[in-house]
Amino acid sequence: MSLTKASIVDSICNHSGCSKTQSIDLMESILKTIKMTLESGEDVLISGFGKFCVKEKKERRGRNPQTGDDLMLGSRRVVIFKCSFLLKDKINGKG
Amino acid sequence: MNKSQLIEALAKAENLALKKAEEVVNTVFGDMEKALANGERVEIRGFGSFKIKQYEGYQGRNPKTGEIINVSSKRLPFFKVGKELKERVDIV
Repeated sequence: MSLTKASIVDSICNHSGCSKTQSIDLMESILKTIKMTLESGEDVLISGFGKFCVKEKKERRGRNPQTGDDLMLGSRRVVIFKCSFLLKDKINGKG
Repeated sequence: MNKSQLIEALAKAENLALKKAEEVVNTVFGDMEKALANGERVEIRGFGSFKIKQYEGYQGRNPKTGEIINVSSKRLPFFKVGKELKERVDIV
């Protein structure tokens, strides 16, 4: 069992009394805002849940694990998630 | 950006009352929290997925005092960035 966008949309629909179409728009709008913020290089902090951070990775020497060849990995930007301690406690049954 | 700024952005973009926008944002993250607390996976296409990873306990040391401490086993959420978001963030 996994939670998907469709089940969150249903939940928005039930909790807010919005129509299904509007609930889909709301869900997409939230995701769009978060994605655009991360894209601009800004972190997104959801208190009680966690923080989505944009991290700059420097260029480094790597290896192809299959062939053992040396190669350079270019600098890049990645998203990492830091879990809130509140969420961590909930997951570990202490919440 | 924090949660209240996200709520404001949603209210503005979708022409919603602030209170309603807050409710919707709380529903979204509340649902994800509940699923993760139950050990379920969360999958949001284009954004990313969360799954629970089990970490075994180990014997660690307090780096300051050198004292041996037992770190008990724990479960933590692991976030894997979705393809679309990964590509969008990487463009420098």
